[in-house]
Amino acid sequence: MKYLYLIFSSLKRKKLRTGLTILSIMVAFILFGYLTAIRQAFDAGVEVAGADRLIVRHKVSLIQLLPQSYEEKMERIDGVDNAVHSTWFGGIYQEPRNFFAQMPIMPEELFDMYPEYVISDEHKAAWLENRAGALVGRGLVDRFGWKLGDRIPINATIWTKKDGGRTWEFDLVAIYDGAEKGTDTSQFFFRYDFFDETRAMGEGLVGWYTVRVADPDRAAEVAAAIDVEFANSATETKTEPEGAFIQGFANQIGNIGFIIMSIMSAVFFIILLVAGNTMAYTVRERTNELAVLKAIGFTDRGVLGLVLGESLAITLVGGLLGLGLAWGLVSMGDPTSGSFPVFYFPAGDMFVGLALIVAMAFVAGIIPAMQAQRLQIADALRR
Amino acid sequence: MFNWLSQIFAVTSFSMRSLPQRKGSSLAAMVGITGVVAVMVGVLSIAQGVLRTMESSVGDVNAIVLRSGSDSEMMSGLGGEDVRIIAEAPGVARNDNGAVASPELFVIINLPMRSTGTDANVPMRGVQSQAISVRENFQMVEGRMFEWGLNELIVGTGARQQFAGLEIGSTIEVSQEQWPVVGVFEAGGGLAESEIWVDAAVLQSAYRRGNSFQSVYAKLSSYDAFEEFRDSLTSDPRLNVKPMREVDYYAAQSTTVYNMITGLGTIIAVIMGLGAVFGALNTMYTAVSARNREIATLRALGFRSGPVVISVLSESLLLALAGGLLGAGLAWLAFDGFRAATLNWSSFSAITFSFDVNASLLIQGIVFAMIIGLVGGLFPAIRAARQPVAQALREL
Amino acid sequence: MTELNTDNSLVRVSGVDKVFKRGSEEIHVLGGLDLEIPNGEFLALMGPSGSGKSTLLNLVGGLDRPSEGTVEVGGKRIDKLSERRLAAWRARHVGLVFQFYNLMPVLSAQKNVELPLLLTRLSASERKKRAAIALDIVGLSHRAGHYPRQLSGGEQQRTGIARAIVTDPTLLLCDEPTGDLDRKAGDEILDLLQALNKEQGKTIIMVTHDIHAAARATRTLYLNKGQLSTSPVD
Repeated sequence: MKYLYLIFSSLKRKKLRTGLTILSIMVAFILFGYLTAIRQAFDAGVEVAGADRLIVRHKVSLIQLLPQSYEEKMERIDGVDNAVHSTWFGGIYQEPRNFFAQMPIMPEELFDMYPEYVISDEHKAAWLENRAGALVGRGLVDRFGWKLGDRIPINATIWTKKDGGRTWEFDLVAIYDGAEKGTDTSQFFFRYDFFDETRAMGEGLVGWYTVRVADPDRAAEVAAAIDVEFANSATETKTEPEGAFIQGFANQIGNIGFIIMSIMSAVFFIILLVAGNTMAYTVRERTNELAVLKAIGFTDRGVLGLVLGESLAITLVGGLLGLGLAWGLVSMGDPTSGSFPVFYFPAGDMFVGLALIVAMAFVAGIIPAMQAQRLQIADALRR
Repeated sequence: MFNWLSQIFAVTSFSMRSLPQRKGSSLAAMVGITGVVAVMVGVLSIAQGVLRTMESSVGDVNAIVLRSGSDSEMMSGLGGEDVRIIAEAPGVARNDNGAVASPELFVIINLPMRSTGTDANVPMRGVQSQAISVRENFQMVEGRMFEWGLNELIVGTGARQQFAGLEIGSTIEVSQEQWPVVGVFEAGGGLAESEIWVDAAVLQSAYRRGNSFQSVYAKLSSYDAFEEFRDSLTSDPRLNVKPMREVDYYAAQSTTVYNMITGLGTIIAVIMGLGAVFGALNTMYTAVSARNREIATLRALGFRSGPVVISVLSESLLLALAGGLLGAGLAWLAFDGFRAATLNWSSFSAITFSFDVNASLLIQGIVFAMIIGLVGGLFPAIRAARQPVAQALREL
Repeated sequence: MTELNTDNSLVRVSGVDKVFKRGSEEIHVLGGLDLEIPNGEFLALMGPSGSGKSTLLNLVGGLDRPSEGTVEVGGKRIDKLSERRLAAWRARHVGLVFQFYNLMPVLSAQKNVELPLLLTRLSASERKKRAAIALDIVGLSHRAGHYPRQLSGGEQQRTGIARAIVTDPTLLLCDEPTGDLDRKAGDEILDLLQALNKEQGKTIIMVTHDIHAAARATRTLYLNKGQLSTSPVD
């Protein structure tokens, strides 16, 4: 601890240079935090996907519908605990860029299937009472500044009403919160019974099923059994774990993880150059001082430690500032104004950030530190 | 004037001579700028690629007709009678086979992506013979066209590259029937290259669609003919349709993806640029302080501060220019033409595209580098010029 | 670390040579030199530039190793100590005073003086106290909070001396301590060294070019072409 003063005093030597280096490191970690949040936004669904849940969809494509009658058939299959259907509504609220997911679903089934949606009993009751009621995620409510009791018009792009109209109106009667940080609270649910009796076509047809298996270890087996059940029927199915389904969907958007990793590597490489260069200069300019330290009794290793300590101090200050700012920026909201279902800086990645700070300090400082370590006192003092 | 120029020349040549001594930090700044420009150009080339794919799909005189209220073919639906009326509308060009109007079906099938093995929503289009007349750049590049009336399909070059199982000779299962792949086509780099094409009539029966379609693509007799065409369709009481110029339709289709990538790309570039500015500032301050005495000596000898400023600035700009050129070049080598697939949110289907590092992006990258160099050099230059001569001489 | 044996000679240098390589040429700086310094002596070492004065000083101070011969200080061979032990030995037994002071510009006078104490196990308050005493001895208590750039040359050198004596070493090695100072400041430094020698019994070896400085010492030796003598060579 007693060397800390020495290390921090050294940082004052060239304030401008130290400041600029700290700023560039800060920038790298702001970017790290931001990109982490973006990756998280794409991966979130996969992480929170229930291990005991399967998604059953039409074998040919997600947009083709399945009969509602499959629910009962599925629930008879051994190992299936419950099956719930949802349908993609694909409506537009005000204008297309206000995109969010709307889905008709059976309320009691939703309560049972998704324990990660936290809903108060009053809200549950209110939704069960109002046929045109909607259950909306907290994030979505906040995004549009809705409040309970609002009437929300959604323009259908697929599902026209029996009366030929396209505007569906829903009453916001219930709000759900996420049990976890990664829970998607950007969804809009409404009642299937209302949907089915109001739509002009497709009566009795649903988009896909979510199936809960009794024993997650048998999930693969149950998935196969479901597909076999409907094989050679007019509507064949494809069943896969919820996580794989969401992952597959994210993969369609692009290899986000790879792109982000590439950018991060480039950024860290650049910042490493800047920081390493600063440390090299610091050591070069202080050859004499370091030699004096050795002369008065500091060991070679002690000097190595001092230089590494300085490197660590600079990266720590810059890195922590960057992580902190990133956290603040990310908390302010996502840059695409609502396209991401979740946008936050996961705690786990905060630790990855800390590890990166230490690693960067080491890589940037080790070569100059070794130069300092090898310094011959008599030679250095003669200069 | 001459005196001033010769001063600049003298100071700059001094600074260039000392460059090798500062090669470490100069190199670091340059590589930093290289990286920033490469990443920026790389990310933005994704957006450019998507945009180009959309734009290449467009025929100037073409129009598309969807059911009113639909934003994409996916959501649209047109009856057989609607389609006939649209084809006969005024303004539609005609050839030997009649009106150049192509009623089409648009469905999505699941095929695994080569890169990840997970399913993608691959668009499948049912066409009639006029589809090829509407799309002037359509061209078979391998195999043959499918036989009309048979369960055969042809695939776009982009689709074949990105999705598994689309080689000629292989078959895919649609509606419990096996469909062989018999040919591969190009469409000038446009959206159609992401698609699988089949005979519309065969697809209608496979999907139990009766005689309904989802869209009509029409080639008009001239650019100006669109207004007449549109007015006749929208005023027809038998129809409830939305005619659009293809240009507008595709522009709307690509907005989401384009804005998202451009937005994110810009944020990333700005943040990285900030980091590079700090790096450049650091380098130039170091350069200036290393030459403190030299600059002070020159000024003691009577050189003015202007040439000193210009000399420092020109060094920084030179480094930035080198970094910018290198970065732009790297991005061009690494990313231009790189093929990828993403999801078109409007139609919920995959589009394949190539990263497009075009001239305007390269220029943007180099300009960005020069801005970094300018900002990074300006403050140190001013500092060098303001430094009191006596103090600087004493310091070393 | 044991105390130094000071019964006889404090420093005994025997048959020492130091070889530097300049290209392919080998330069012998000290040709088998012998030197004994009794405890409590204030020795002035004179000689022309390049005669090896500083090299000899470095060898005695454990800053460098001889190519040949032995260096004993307080009855202990220091030329064979490991790098790590040698560093600890220097910290404990040797105080160094440099021509250009070599203070840390980012540390105040007080913190500069405290620096060698960081290598001990003393508590922070104890370190502070000892640094204050050392500064008091050199007469700089009133400047403790100042940074080197705010001090005159003489004051900087006094800070340097305070740093050298703060660990209470037996041996003070001074490399041209007045070389960068005017006459008046130089005299003050020499007064101080003399006092340290007389009152605190420090053994001092001082390399100098200045005949006035050498006059303050109890013995003066001249080094020329690697050989010591008691009178200057013409």
